[in-house]
This record gives sequence, C-alpha cells and structure tokens, in this order.
Amino acid sequence: MTDPSDEVVPRPSAANGDVEVVGVSKRFGGVPALSNVTLTIRRGEVHALVGENGAGKSTLGKIISGVYSPDGGEVRVGGESVTFRSPRDAMDRGIVTIAQELAIVPYLNVMENVFLGAEPKKLGFVRRRVMRQRYEELSDRVGFHLPATQMAGTLTTADQQKLEIMRALSRDASTIIMDEPSAALSMHEVYALHGVIRSLAASGTTVILISHFLSEVLDLAGTVSILRDGRLVRNAIAAEETESSLIESMLGRSLGQAFPDKRLSATDAPVILEVDDLVAPGVRGASLSVRAGEIVGIAGLVGSGRSEFAHALYGATRVTGGRISVGGVDVTHHRPHQSLREGIAMIPESRKDQGLLMGRPISENVSLARLGALSHFGIMSPGSERSRVADALEQVRVKMASVRTPVSSLSGGNQQKVLFARTALCEPRVLIADEPTRGVDVGSKRTIYDVLVEQAAAGLAIIVISSELEEVLGLAHRVVVMRDGHFVAELSGEEMTQHAVLEAAFGESATTAS
Amino acid sequence: MTEASGIALEPVDGSASHFTWRRFGGLWRTAGILIPFLIFFITLAIANGQFLTRQNLVVNILYLQTPVLIIAAAGTLVLIAGGLDLSVAATFVLAEDIAAQLALHTNPVVAIVVAIACGALVGLVNGMVVAYLRINALIATLAMAFVVSGIAEVATNNTFYSLFDKPSLGKFATTNFLGAQSAIWITLVVVVLLGMALWRTTFGRYVFAAGGNAEAARLAGVRVSRVRIATFVLSGAAAALAGVISLAQTLTTTPYSNESSLAFTVLAGIVVGGTSIMGGDGSVTRTVIGVLFIALIQNGFDLLQFNSFLIPLVTGVILIMAVSIDVWLRQRRR
Repeated sequence: MTDPSDEVVPRPSAANGDVEVVGVSKRFGGVPALSNVTLTIRRGEVHALVGENGAGKSTLGKIISGVYSPDGGEVRVGGESVTFRSPRDAMDRGIVTIAQELAIVPYLNVMENVFLGAEPKKLGFVRRRVMRQRYEELSDRVGFHLPATQMAGTLTTADQQKLEIMRALSRDASTIIMDEPSAALSMHEVYALHGVIRSLAASGTTVILISHFLSEVLDLAGTVSILRDGRLVRNAIAAEETESSLIESMLGRSLGQAFPDKRLSATDAPVILEVDDLVAPGVRGASLSVRAGEIVGIAGLVGSGRSEFAHALYGATRVTGGRISVGGVDVTHHRPHQSLREGIAMIPESRKDQGLLMGRPISENVSLARLGALSHFGIMSPGSERSRVADALEQVRVKMASVRTPVSSLSGGNQQKVLFARTALCEPRVLIADEPTRGVDVGSKRTIYDVLVEQAAAGLAIIVISSELEEVLGLAHRVVVMRDGHFVAELSGEEMTQHAVLEAAFGESATTAS
Repeated sequence: MTEASGIALEPVDGSASHFTWRRFGGLWRTAGILIPFLIFFITLAIANGQFLTRQNLVVNILYLQTPVLIIAAAGTLVLIAGGLDLSVAATFVLAEDIAAQLALHTNPVVAIVVAIACGALVGLVNGMVVAYLRINALIATLAMAFVVSGIAEVATNNTFYSLFDKPSLGKFATTNFLGAQSAIWITLVVVVLLGMALWRTTFGRYVFAAGGNAEAARLAGVRVSRVRIATFVLSGAAAALAGVISLAQTLTTTPYSNESSLAFTVLAGIVVGGTSIMGGDGSVTRTVIGVLFIALIQNGFDLLQFNSFLIPLVTGVILIMAVSIDVWLRQRRR
C-alpha cells in the first residue's frame, strides 16, 4: 500500500470518478433526514451542498463518506454501486472527509501526522528518510509547504486543515468532502484555503463543499445542490446563481432583508461603557466608549485580539493596565461573576466549548448565570425559574419541545439563542457578542440580528465581534478595527466599507502576508 | 404538573417520540440500575429464606454499609463536579484514630466534632491543591492519601485503640430508634441532604456546571474553583463521619492497610449507580442503589455459600458493564 509503484496503478475510482447518489433516504429515530435524494458529482469539480441547518447536507456528506449507511437508495462511485460500512471503506475508494473537528495528533510533527497509519516501514521501523522524501514530493504536488518537523498542535487551524488535505492526498484521495472548512478561519486564511480548493479541483480531485457561506460557495463551486428538509430542491450552476436566489431556494421563500434597519442611537445618549487604554493578554492598549443604544462592531483578523479584548472586558482574563468602567463604576479588575453583577454580559465565541452545558436541560442553561435571583438562601425556586426562563426564551424566540430537554437536542441556531436568553435574564447594560452567528442557519441569523437590534433599542450598549465582515457592517452603527491588540481604525457612516475595514485589518502586513 | 407547564411554553415542533426519549433520559438511567437491583433482590429473596429477615436486611446490609453509603453520597458530588477523591480511606482511618484518642480522654461529642472537622480540613487541602495548583484530582488525592495515612500512623505511633473501657461513643452508631440503629438514621439524613443539595440548590447547579463544562461555567459567572473545593470539603467531612461511625460500631480503630481498598469500593458503588467518571452527570439516589447493589452481591455470596473469592470478579464485571452503558449513553447524546 505504501509502495510508490502503487501510484501508477489506476484505482477503480480513477477510471471515472463520478460520485452518484441515487434515491438516497435516511431516517433518524423516525425523523426523515434525507428523502430520496439523487445527484451526480462530477470528477474534478467543486460541488457545493447548501441548505439550512437540518436540511440534510451534513447527513448526505456522511453517507457519501461512509459514516452513515443509507436506509434506501445507493451510492455509486465510477458507475459501480458501493456499500460503505465505515469511513475506512470509503477511504479505500478514494473518498476522504475533512470534518469540522480536525483529527490531528498534537504531539506528533506535521510529517508524522500526514503519514499516520501509513508510514513507510521496514521490519517495523519507520523509514524516516523515505517519509521525508515522500513528504517533499507531496508538498510540491499540493502547492503549499508546511514545516515538516513542527508539532502539529502548534499549527494554526488553517494549517491543520492543510495538513489534513495533505494526508488525504497522500492516500490517493480522489474525492475530498469538506464540512464547513472556513468556519474557524480568519479572512486571509480563508483566501489561502480557497486557493488550495481551486488547485485541488484543477488537478482532478473532486471537492464536495458543505458551507454556510454563500459567497464562498458562489466563488468556488461549479455546481450547487440546494437541500431543504432532507429533499433536493434543485441543482444549479453556480455561475447562474446569486446569494439571494440560493437563499430563496433554501428557505422556500425569500428572506427579505438580511439585516434589520439601523436605528441610530441618540447622540446625547449616556456613555455606558468606557474603556481606557486597556492592557491584558493579547490586548495592548485599547480604548473604546459605547453609548446606550449603540451597536459597535469589532472587526479584525483572527488573532488580532478581538476575543481577547472581549474576555478582558468581561473579566475572564486578568487586566494588567488601563481602566474599564460601566455607568461610571470602575470594573477594571472584576471577575466574571462580578462583571455580571455590574451589568456586563458576554456571549462567548464557541458555544460548545465556552457557552453551554450540552448534557443539561435548556432551562438550566438559561438560568445558570442568574441563579442568585431565582433562589432563596441557596434553594432554587422552581416556579420563578420556570417563568423567568420561559420569558427569556420567548424574548429570543427559541423553538423547542420542552425546556427540560438537553440543550444538545437543539439546532445550532437555537443553541445560540439559548445563550442570548441567558444574558437577557441577567438584564445587562453592556452586551458583548463574540461571533454571535457562527454555525447558525440563515433563518436563525436574522432572528439573532433582530434580537441584537431590539436590545440596543432597549438601551443596551452592544459590542459585536465577527469574522463575517458583512455582519459587522450590516449591524453596527460604528466599526472599530483591531490589529495586533490595538484598535487601528474607527469607521462610521459612509466610511464603513469592506475595503476600508480590510485595509485597516491587514495594515502594513498585507503586503508581506500575501 | 411541572411537565405540563414546561410544554405549554412554546409550540411543540419536535417529533414526540424524540423528545420523550430525551425527557425520560434521567428516569431511564435510574431504571437502568434499579431494575437489575430489583431482579437481584427478588432472586435472593426466593433463593434463600434468610435474605428477607430483619437481621439480614437491616443489620448485615444497611447497618454495615452506612460508612460506604455516606462516603459515596459525598463522593458523587465530587465526581459530578469533575473531581475524584482517592484519599477517603486515609481520612476515614485518621478520623477513627482522632476520635478514639479524644474519646478516651475527653467527652465523645468533642471527639466526633473534632474528627469530622479534621476530615473537612483534609478535604479543604485536597480541594485547594486541585483547584489552585491545578494538579489532576486523581494524583492530588492519591498523594494526600499517603500524607494523611502517614500522619495517622505517626500520631497514633502505629498502635490501635479500643474503646471497650469507655464505650459511650458507641451510642453514636448503635442506639436503637424506630427499629433501626442511629447509624442508619444518620446515613439517611446525610444522603437526603446531599441529594437535595444536588437537586434543588444553586450549589447543586454549580456542581453540575463545574463538571459539565468548566470554562462555560466560569464564563457564566460560576466560581468553579470554590465549587470544586466545596465538594472536596464535603467528601473529607463525610469520610471522617464514616470513620467515626465505624469506630462507634466496632469500638476499635482499624489499620490503614485494612481499609486501603475503601476508596475503590466507594468509587465502584458510585459508578455502578451511573454517575459519570467524566463529570457533569450523576445522582445521589443512583449512588445509593449502586452501593447497595454491590453489597447485595457480597450478601448473596454469603447466604448461598458460594465461593467468596469470586466476589471481586463479579463486582469487576458489573463495573465494566455499568461504565459501558455510560459511554454508550454519551455517544447517543451527541
């Protein structure tokens, strides 16, 4: 298998690498996830699967890659019907998935990770020179170079993705499925990834792209398959589509405006949050003031210090210099529980790692930050908890069967709204929302935007951090751009353009980075 | 009633079968341990006439299990909060020694209070080492087990005490009240209090949060370190209380070498009850059933005069089965 002469022998899938999905259906516990889906993915094209959360696109990806087996219908590779019992089977036919959660071994180096499980061996010993040589060949083939001996755990997410792509190609993958590959990447990493995807397709590798980012889909894909409620709505040629035509098919209706109207806050509204020359891990002197009713967007590359700024504001990391005050009260050295008491609330970047208790009921997740007000002498008052939680959930329009079901049973969008309900219950004066719509479907996105705008109208000072530039520009009254732990630009009104933000975000490094 | 108002909140959009399964997940898990327990219980009742006697159920099983039940109830909280306490056996022995010495020289109430306070102190140190030095709980409490048993040995000069000359401390465990010994009533109170704390208090919520997702809990304003320390303090105090009860039952102290497996017996009971070793999930009720389940195995072997060498083997197999179910349920939930 590791013998180089293998590469010369044409694999069965290489003869005609089309992947066909014929009448595939899949149910989970009686709920149909896919119903009779038929589509053809041509060899060497970038084929995108789009749809709202729960539309079935990831399920379809998992059926093609052997994670699930279909209840009905079949998958054909190169015209031949295949039955995959595991991802391993699919891999043998050249189909590899690069999942949202990357599978790297952090304490092995890049090269060892690429050849993991398929090391060139002799008498049980790894032949490092041969491995090195193959690694170099592979690097030339894929057109990017990662340092072979660096620990994989120290790579950025983008580079880890590249590592997985290399691993896939080292196993002669003819089809690579990418599930939300750009969700965790910064802007320039996304550009680099797009370059890689294009060159993969150009060299004859099929890429199945599952993505929420419609601009990315239109940019990269040749064909787009739109799914809704487990059914294929239509196949489309990407060049003939627009974002709104895709959204219309995904929702079965037109979305209307992507963002709510901006209601400008009164210029004489009191300043609620005042940050003066803040210094903290990752933040090197940042000043900002936010008035009641104002939404301020923070843009910048991943790693520019946006989330670090949010954490320092909220007291989740230690502030080493500067001053933070809320309504005139000094909160500089507060810790999260004290910040909440003074009216600062934060919705963290990753709802799964930093936000929710996945196995606990929805109600407990909502009330967690406000138990003091829902109890007497430390004993919970179930009645008031139930009604307050219900009010908060209604305010953010969460759809669910019962507040007692685990929060993990909700869709990504509703999970995110649970975090909004949690902060609503805290009645904050300052709300920091870090990536409020990451991994959220189109319908929930608009709801979240509406909630943010409503809360601003109710007099909150709001900070929105997002890697989606459109989101920052569409929501915020004012945008500050962060680079290297500083605010490097403040834009408002007419100056708020994608170009201006990008220019500030990249700064001088733009010329050297690309 | 609470269920009904829960549903009334919002229009139901999920499929009914789906959410019912999840809704009754907790109940289902309790059944997962309760049903085998009952089957076993009934089998023993049929197989042996002595099983259902008061002597066997109340004395041989409940009364003798009181120390384990108390430690396991508190240990459940430690486990749910994401910790693990292997020092309970050493604390148990230390408390016996302290209580015995004090009971010989002062009055038994002082002996009981001081011994439990010392247990709480051991728990405090455990908690602070885990929370502030950020040492893995398994290693920290293992080290503390050595330290504490060492202290107990030095303090007692490696001699064992008997209270046969001053047996008044014995009343703490052996006083008869409504047909059961005081040790059983004390255990019942401790178990109910800990169960209620977990189920109905803010502290209980914080315990689940700290073990379920520490970072999320911290960002939601939970003081995770404090919560974890509190669970260790409870565990230490419970181990000491168990030691005092054991001393009161037998009126003699035991050497650490005889009790060193206690921490694992306790852990086995908790895990068989379905509390997750990974934290974030569990219940005191199920722990009680788990502990009694293991006690029933022992009792069954005794009554049926099976080879008692097989007890550890059977216990081990049941433990693996219980953990497999936990793993399986976790995968299901994702």
